[in-house]
Amino acid sequence: MTLAEKILSQKAGRKVEPGEFLLLEPDIALANDITAPLAIKKFKEYGGKKVKYPDRVVLVPDHFTPNKDIKSAMQVKMMREFAREQGIEKFFEIGRMGIEHVLLPEEGIVKSGDLVVGADSHTCTYGALGAFATGVGSTDIAGFYLIGKVWFRVPESIKVTLRGKFKDLVTAKDLVLKLISILGVDGANYKAIEFSGPGVKEISMDGRFTISNMAIEAGGKTGLFPVDEITIAYERERGIEVEEMYPDEDAKYVREVEMDLSELEPQVAYPFLPSNAKDVSEAEKERIKIDQAVIGSCTNGRIEDLRLAAQILKGRTVSPDVRCIIIPGSQKVYKQALKEGLIDIFIDAGCAVSTPTCGPCLGGHMGVLAEGEVAISTTNRNFVGRMGHPNSKVFLASPAVAAASAIKGYIADPRKL
Amino acid sequence: MIRGRVWKFGDNISTDHIAPGRYFHLRNNLEELAKHVLEDAMEDFAKKVQKGDIIVAGKNFGLGSSREHAARIIKIAGVSCIVAKSFARIFYRNAINVGLPVIELKEVDEINQGDELEIDLENGVLKNLTTGKEYRFTPIPKFLLEILKEDGIVNYLKKHGSFPKV
Repeated sequence: MTLAEKILSQKAGRKVEPGEFLLLEPDIALANDITAPLAIKKFKEYGGKKVKYPDRVVLVPDHFTPNKDIKSAMQVKMMREFAREQGIEKFFEIGRMGIEHVLLPEEGIVKSGDLVVGADSHTCTYGALGAFATGVGSTDIAGFYLIGKVWFRVPESIKVTLRGKFKDLVTAKDLVLKLISILGVDGANYKAIEFSGPGVKEISMDGRFTISNMAIEAGGKTGLFPVDEITIAYERERGIEVEEMYPDEDAKYVREVEMDLSELEPQVAYPFLPSNAKDVSEAEKERIKIDQAVIGSCTNGRIEDLRLAAQILKGRTVSPDVRCIIIPGSQKVYKQALKEGLIDIFIDAGCAVSTPTCGPCLGGHMGVLAEGEVAISTTNRNFVGRMGHPNSKVFLASPAVAAASAIKGYIADPRKL
Repeated sequence: MIRGRVWKFGDNISTDHIAPGRYFHLRNNLEELAKHVLEDAMEDFAKKVQKGDIIVAGKNFGLGSSREHAARIIKIAGVSCIVAKSFARIFYRNAINVGLPVIELKEVDEINQGDELEIDLENGVLKNLTTGKEYRFTPIPKFLLEILKEDGIVNYLKKHGSFPKV
């Protein structure tokens, strides 16, 4: 069995096969300030009185928080009141929150082997822990609130075998952008992506979260890593004991891809699809001027990402033509960055540092682009109008490339600074 | 039986095309948000589309966000069915969950803007009344069709108290 089949079989209490439909009771059901209000409304519309499993419900207002406007405030108010009324303890107010997909693993709310649904497409992030975690809609969540069940189709799996070690300033983000360019934006549609091979142990937990996070950008249902000594150590820090989990040797895959970490260059994904990746050395030749650099998000807002950005920005300054916005992914990440002096480095370089929020990634607030503006961003999507005006552009890259570009004023290779 | 006029779209129509982030102040008012549906893919689509019309698109329709608003506002705009070469996974489940029929058809390139279609969901038959051509598609799995027939999960649960049998 593949990892996806193993976890789903365990939850179903029998061996499951790709293509079959299952009704299962997830361990965690997440929703945010965009998707929870719709789920709550549906719950009430149905006449729902009591949430079936309040201890499995997680509510994170992170997209338009700190409340951007009155409408956003009303959405969060609805979540807060629902949480109180239903005795939901896992509601995270600003000041104690983080971007959902940074926060949940950090707090140990999601763990290896769990079945997790989230009304947010990047719920696949937790695949890094070896959890079967996938994005669903608000109605799925409403169904979970009502009867504790969600429907699933058991996915086929694509195996990605990793070898080698990253070269200096090449990161997990570069690996996943390259992979999406190989698979295409629908190459893994309806399927799970599974990572294996000796290269896996070269990738830290933070790096694995970055990779699993973007499985959806190839259409993937989830992006699963095995549970190995690195995962076990991460979980142990949170007081969680888990066992190793690997796919069976005779597991069947619909496609296999091999990647050598040592052959990768930093990548830049051009507008308007995350699959449009090019080597940064090629991109640099085009002297693509940028107006904004965003470093953060559920993809790259963890401490290692900030350390990498700081390594590049230390003792340098952001180009006068660029706004550089740095958003730690959670309060813990923020505090750790303060402790390590990273925030000093950012502010000295001329960056704006913010409390955790998804804000700019989806063109919500905290860095919306004007007509004709160009951004380099460590986020996950570069669709038309994603960060603001329909005639603005977003290029996706790692924190190292984004920081180097912020300094130069154009898309730049961090290895040549 | 679904019958309607075709609006053609290309490949990779994203949830940002369907429900642009800049209108998210309207997210609590889906009727208003629906006035901007797909406007980044086709100017004034919301004004042009009529009740019962059918969207015909290329591959990977609805890629991106899990925002169910996307499927909902297409339905609110009056669209009766989406026919595409393929759908992004979360959009597909959202459409079923809110009672918007979605079918996968390989031959969408043979269908033109403004054609009149007739679709039999249960038997997997699509007739192009304009060209006279008839196509077969893999019918929607029974489990999902049951949900669709009751206009989505919440209505299904209201009526039956639990999910259909898998």
